[in-house]
Amino acid sequence: MSVQTESLTLVEAEHRRKLLLDPIPVEEMNRTILRAMTTTGRGYWITVAILALLVLIGLGGAWVYQMIWGMGVAGIRRPVFWGVYIANFVFWIGISHSGTFVSAILRVFKAEFRRPITRASEMMTTFALITAGMYPLIHLGRTWRFYWMIPYPNQRQLWPNFHSPLMWDMMAIFTYLIGSTLYLYLPLIPDLAMARDHCVRGWRRKLYRILALGWRGTEGQWSHLQTAITIFAFVIIPVMFSVHTIVSWDFGMTMVPGWSSSIFGPYFVTGAIFSGVSAVATVLLIVRKTMHLDYFLREEHFDALGKLILVFSFAWTYFFFADYLTEWYGGEAVGHQILTLQARGPVAPLWYTMLATNILIPWLTLWNKKVRTSPTALLLVTLGVNVGMYIERYIIVAGFLTRNRMPFDWGAYNPSPVELLISIGSLSLFVLLYALVSRLIPLVPVWEVHEGQIAHTLRRIGRTLVPSVAEME
Amino acid sequence: MNREHKWTMVIDLDRCTGCQACVVACHAENNVPVVGEEEVLRGRAMHWIRIARYWEGEYPDVRARFLPILCQQCERAPCEPVCPVFATYHNTQDHLNVQVYNRCIGTRYCANNCPYIARVFNWFTPYFPEPLTEQLNPDVTVRERGIMEKCTFCIQRIRRVEERARAEARPIADGEVQPACVQSCPTEALVFGDLNDPDSRVARLAKSRRRFRLLEELGTEPAVIYLKGGEAYVGAD
Repeated sequence: MSVQTESLTLVEAEHRRKLLLDPIPVEEMNRTILRAMTTTGRGYWITVAILALLVLIGLGGAWVYQMIWGMGVAGIRRPVFWGVYIANFVFWIGISHSGTFVSAILRVFKAEFRRPITRASEMMTTFALITAGMYPLIHLGRTWRFYWMIPYPNQRQLWPNFHSPLMWDMMAIFTYLIGSTLYLYLPLIPDLAMARDHCVRGWRRKLYRILALGWRGTEGQWSHLQTAITIFAFVIIPVMFSVHTIVSWDFGMTMVPGWSSSIFGPYFVTGAIFSGVSAVATVLLIVRKTMHLDYFLREEHFDALGKLILVFSFAWTYFFFADYLTEWYGGEAVGHQILTLQARGPVAPLWYTMLATNILIPWLTLWNKKVRTSPTALLLVTLGVNVGMYIERYIIVAGFLTRNRMPFDWGAYNPSPVELLISIGSLSLFVLLYALVSRLIPLVPVWEVHEGQIAHTLRRIGRTLVPSVAEME
Repeated sequence: MNREHKWTMVIDLDRCTGCQACVVACHAENNVPVVGEEEVLRGRAMHWIRIARYWEGEYPDVRARFLPILCQQCERAPCEPVCPVFATYHNTQDHLNVQVYNRCIGTRYCANNCPYIARVFNWFTPYFPEPLTEQLNPDVTVRERGIMEKCTFCIQRIRRVEERARAEARPIADGEVQPACVQSCPTEALVFGDLNDPDSRVARLAKSRRRFRLLEELGTEPAVIYLKGGEAYVGAD
């Protein structure tokens, strides 16, 4: 009898831990979050200063230098007309898929482990999109004429070309940026109101009073908010799929050997989610460590993210293999050259690294719960996945272009210092934005966590305890 | 007189000696900048026409094969639909593939999608060292950094002949329009004319059994026709 009671208590403890059902008072949760927002140590400001300097060098220095002297300061050359900039663009668009996937899809499917991690991933979407959106501009030969792509009425009746995948691309990214920013903002309102009510004075109170839009938490407001969030969660999912599909069509719609492929749409979307979810895990691990959010971000969340990453590693490998095999069986001379380029050519070291970080390492490690719940191990695996996914885009863009149907005009490509500085600058911009905004808005949606705690109860059925959830919406 | 022209070039590979006169003539006619040895080695030469040189056979029994490549003025050009601002578009009047320098914003998408790698980009502001500045062609604009350019079939020469013919109220005679490369070819490997004129030299040559078009299987319908018979057909049509 006593053994049974003991095991029951263990089961109960595990359920409670998993569902955050060891509630501390809401007031204490609020204070934890606010403390994380308002405490900034010396380390934080040093990091911010270094990041700001890197942004200044990369974007204020290298980019301006490139505009003044011409694209020649970058390493691109005939026939490799696209290089690191476009690889970066695809990479950051991929990272931006994390938020929507983790937040919207898990919300729609009511996956409970999403609750504390939605906000952090939605923020990644918005900032990654801002970073990605700069690259088409950086990459333009005449950046100062970028607005010619915008369909605005003008005296000369010039109109952009809607046949061009670049036009579709621009529309998709604008739509996604606006949609994901609103989707970040909506669930933020109750938390901003909470912050407003806790800040008695100062600029923070003014800021939160404006941003909270007069939220008072009445029943009518809650019901409107829930409706709006549900609509956005459903609507943003097809937008997310369209964005990366269209990015892949920048390549898929061309006649370039290796690019022209009908599988590129789903292949890119899967790769984007793969790298995006990995980046969410990376960022959450760092955030938990630096902002002391251990109460909200638990082993269970990383366990679940680890499983997701493993599943998307399977899916990505499937598409990768399907694409590779088709090229190989096709047996076209130029296609064969591209496969040789990867297996034995100049990009071979990168290609094998990608196979290791995207397939071998996740498959060998992530099936193990110990690895999924170990912060260091998971950090290494997820960082590896994003290195691998960056390599994938680099090879597709800058690698494939070195081979073409005119062997006399094959080329080579190496990124120049200007390209590297701009890449580092944009990475720093992403981290800088994230670091600054993480001290401005609550990084964990307190009300959603609280809602989860209210909705869940443990019921005794026969000899065991079963968690049950009440529909709140 | 108002007949639609289908400007076409025929390149007889059996006659090409790889002398590069066409490359030089093109640079002079079209204000194509000379970028210097270092940039050329990096793959940034700006030739609108280039001689691709392929080696055939094993040493010591080696032969050089020359293949002049310029913009093929495709009827169904892959570069056209991908430009987001219509900087490259199809000129239906002359069946030419036209590049509007002032409209180009430099996405370089067209260049990636050209299977002939015919397009070149202004990586830097074009520079003409003295005394090259003294011989810039006033009929052709000089371009700015950050935009694409490519062979135009010397459209300024086509226009000049058209205007003269219209003023004299007569049709354009065969061979009256000569792009710089055609004019300078010492072996007459390059022939230019109107394919719609059944009596023109290009129309005759286009029927040759030695004819082929580059990467014809892609369906781009190039306006450049190559002739190649190897040793067996030397001198034959």
